[in-house]
Amino acid sequence: MSEDQTVTIEVDGREIQAKAGQMLIDATDAAGINIPRFCYHKKLSVSANCRMCLVEVAKVPKPLPACATPVAEGMKVQTRSPLAIAAQKGTMEFLLINHPLDCPVCDQGGECELQDVALGYGDDVSRFVEGKRVVMDKEIGPLISTDLTRCIHCTRCVRFGAEIAGVRELGATGRGEHMTIGTYIEKSVDSELSGNMIDVCPVGSLTSKPFRFRARAWELIQRDAIAPHDAVGSNLHLHVRRNEVMRVHPKENDAVNECWISDRDRFSYTALNSAERLDTPLVKTRGEWKESGWHEALTRVASGLKEAGSDLGVLASPGCTVEELHLARKLANGLGSERIETRLRQGDFRTAAGAWLGQSVTDLERCSAALLIGSNVRKEQPIFGHRLRKAALEGCDVSFINPLELEMNYAARQIVTPPAAMAGEVAAVARAAGAAGPLIDQAEVTERHQAIAERLKAAPAATLLLGNLAQAHPDYAVLLTLASALAKATGAVLGQLPAGANSVGAQLVGAVGDGLDAMLAQPAKGYLLMGVEPGYDLWDPAAANAALTQSGFVVALSGFRSESLEAVADVILPVSAFAETSGTFVNAEGTWQSFAGAVSPKGETRPAWKVLRVLGNLLDLQGFDHDSSEEVLAEARQQAEGRQLDNAPADAVTECRLVDAALTRIGDVPIYAVDALVRHAAPLQKTRDAIAAAIYINESEAAKAGLTAGMQAAVTQNGTRVILPVTIDPNIPNGCVRIPAGVAGTEQLGGQFGEVTLEKA
Amino acid sequence: MGFKNAPMTTVKPVEGKENLFSPEVRAEIDSWIAKYPEQWRQSAVMAALRIVQDANGGYLTEALMDQVAAYLDMPAIAVYEVATFYSMYELKPVGRHKVCVCTNVSCMVNGSDKIVDHMEQKLGIKLGETTEDGRYTLKEVECLGACGGAPMFQIGTKYYENLTPELVDSILDGLE
Ligand code: SF4
Ligand code: FES
Ligand code: FES
Repeated sequence: MSEDQTVTIEVDGREIQAKAGQMLIDATDAAGINIPRFCYHKKLSVSANCRMCLVEVAKVPKPLPACATPVAEGMKVQTRSPLAIAAQKGTMEFLLINHPLDCPVCDQGGECELQDVALGYGDDVSRFVEGKRVVMDKEIGPLISTDLTRCIHCTRCVRFGAEIAGVRELGATGRGEHMTIGTYIEKSVDSELSGNMIDVCPVGSLTSKPFRFRARAWELIQRDAIAPHDAVGSNLHLHVRRNEVMRVHPKENDAVNECWISDRDRFSYTALNSAERLDTPLVKTRGEWKESGWHEALTRVASGLKEAGSDLGVLASPGCTVEELHLARKLANGLGSERIETRLRQGDFRTAAGAWLGQSVTDLERCSAALLIGSNVRKEQPIFGHRLRKAALEGCDVSFINPLELEMNYAARQIVTPPAAMAGEVAAVARAAGAAGPLIDQAEVTERHQAIAERLKAAPAATLLLGNLAQAHPDYAVLLTLASALAKATGAVLGQLPAGANSVGAQLVGAVGDGLDAMLAQPAKGYLLMGVEPGYDLWDPAAANAALTQSGFVVALSGFRSESLEAVADVILPVSAFAETSGTFVNAEGTWQSFAGAVSPKGETRPAWKVLRVLGNLLDLQGFDHDSSEEVLAEARQQAEGRQLDNAPADAVTECRLVDAALTRIGDVPIYAVDALVRHAAPLQKTRDAIAAAIYINESEAAKAGLTAGMQAAVTQNGTRVILPVTIDPNIPNGCVRIPAGVAGTEQLGGQFGEVTLEKA
Repeated sequence: MGFKNAPMTTVKPVEGKENLFSPEVRAEIDSWIAKYPEQWRQSAVMAALRIVQDANGGYLTEALMDQVAAYLDMPAIAVYEVATFYSMYELKPVGRHKVCVCTNVSCMVNGSDKIVDHMEQKLGIKLGETTEDGRYTLKEVECLGACGGAPMFQIGTKYYENLTPELVDSILDGLE
């Protein structure tokens, strides 16, 4: 039977249409007929082990599990017949035998699938008088709490790990009465999607550790939001109590995040009330920071900005909203300045190109060949990583060209080469695909390149994607030029994985300029920083610190106190963080998603768009009289009208700047270092993925420099010297050292890629 | 895509498999791997665990299970699941003679309780324990498929059926 054939079945006397071969429970769910279930989950494989979904099927003597029974033409099903109900009640009674009656102290209470189903199918009084089994809880890391006595062995969490997260971490060990969920050996669950296990667990066996005992489900008010940390634009539900975000859940949207979110999006809310939150304006007078009132601070800012006039530079995080960026650009323009930049981690501005996904999010999982250049997509944008993994499991041929080897959760071809040789590798694939041009003609083609080129050419839907490591590369323009030639030669879609939640929006509202060099090489008279901590959020912290220190006036809009900011700023205005402000993000595929504030701004903080509007007024600029963020949005949309992003570079650049040095730094930004909110989220900072500043180097390179694991060593980059511990990492190629950016200890270092020297400290 | 239709292999095959186990153990495991399609290397996990357990004096350690996982390109947890599920795998040292006594239905109605009592008394240990001299371990198991000869137990690779206390004495005393 073909997949799209429909059959007619009868359920509880009602005729319904179903796809042939579909499981009965999918058909009844679609028709709004409720069948109780525990182990079934629409995104996971069928295990049919809980038996809660038993129904009566005509001509079959025993009840059948609806989740594992394919529909067939003319099938007659009873979900509420005496036989079905007896089966369901029987299953319920067995499930409750070992389940503790601790709902009053269980975090799942009130939103528990077992509780709900027990209400319908359980008996008032238990016939079971024997002892219940008890399972010791396990320590599986900072994000998930376990109460395994409550586990009903549905194995959803285990299947989630194997099928969605792509790492088998939790398992079911032991047998029968002795079966327990866990890692067997003491170990944390480290997947970047691990929090979803909390959602799939139907009972209170796996619950959120940061949320533990903080609130009850029925006290929470649900508000919508858009995730602020990457360009996926995952849809969120914020659960709010008394003006505080208590937790974050995914909001289902099959076009974007399905029913999953990354741990980064789920747990970053914990930073909203961290001790470092800034909630009053700070003004520096004679080198001393003092809290001040808004009026005083704004007056000072207005005069500082006026002074700077057309020599103002705006550096804004690509996580700022459309509204904020639109007003910031307008403010700069009003003062006669065109200098605004949001591509804070881009390493090369020699060519202009619009960076976007080049396709829809769902296209990613439908591609049949993909080549990722300079991308650790799994950690950069976990949901895109998941989409690509889905494609790979369906047979998509995935290859990577990267300066370091990645830990993969699916099989992929990895070309690992020092940063300076990456362009050569892309050129070789391009040559193998039949492209011609400078660099390409000289490239040395091997079998690997041939294989990638052939797959890209043969695939009905192929894509090339440039990731964060490519964007940060000093020869990004070259990589893009070559990728564009390769795309033309293979017919593949050229796409990019822009870093910030609003990287695409920033381009559409004109919040991109001539690049960071133009901004920092000659210090401007004044700078406006939005959501930027110079030591952590910029490609070259050393250059940024220098320019900002020499500038006459620096004002920062920030949600957090930060030494890195306090060292260079003159005024810091406290602005509302994620969840406290309304706004709009345009995700990687170009979808505009607006959200309202879920809680009121903390303390004295104000939404950044309002601060900018007031500044516009104080500076007597035209067109700063919006009453709502919707008005700002309407204006921004008008501006963006007709603007199209094109990943192809405006000019072909084929001259490589990064020369092969004895030792080159690879400065990736770890998953939990991408922005201030994430950096202040304590639970995330305790995970294994919270990578600390260190010298990651392979054994033979370390030996060359006379270094061993655990030793302290001195790194020198552009004359700045810092001391960091040495970690041996076989994933780093020869001639390279990985020193992550955006993490404490690297705020004085230079560019994310570049020559460094090492010596014993 | 689930457990059933794709092997749960690790993504990156472990290098240096030739350094795991002794050549004899490897050869034996390889003969089992050869019985399955190439991508289903992990199907040999039960045989591999048994072979490794036998070579290690009758029990498995975490390190050995990890090596089996590495050898078969499986996630370690998948090996732990198998090793903890089946009663023939031991996760702690056992005595020289492991007496696996069936207490399932057929054996129970034919007096396995008496057999268990007798052995516990004779050896001075409870089910699940090992005698101090390391000679015997008593282990309770489920049906071994020899109901026709119930009550029964298994020692090593041998089944002993229609047990009586006297027969038990002579069997146990006859072992070295
Ligand atoms: S921990 Fe939760 S999800 Fe996992 S098996 Fe138990 S009940 Fe199911
Ligand atoms: S939902 Fe069908 S058996 Fe569990
Ligand atoms: S019940 Fe003991 S062998 Fe079957």
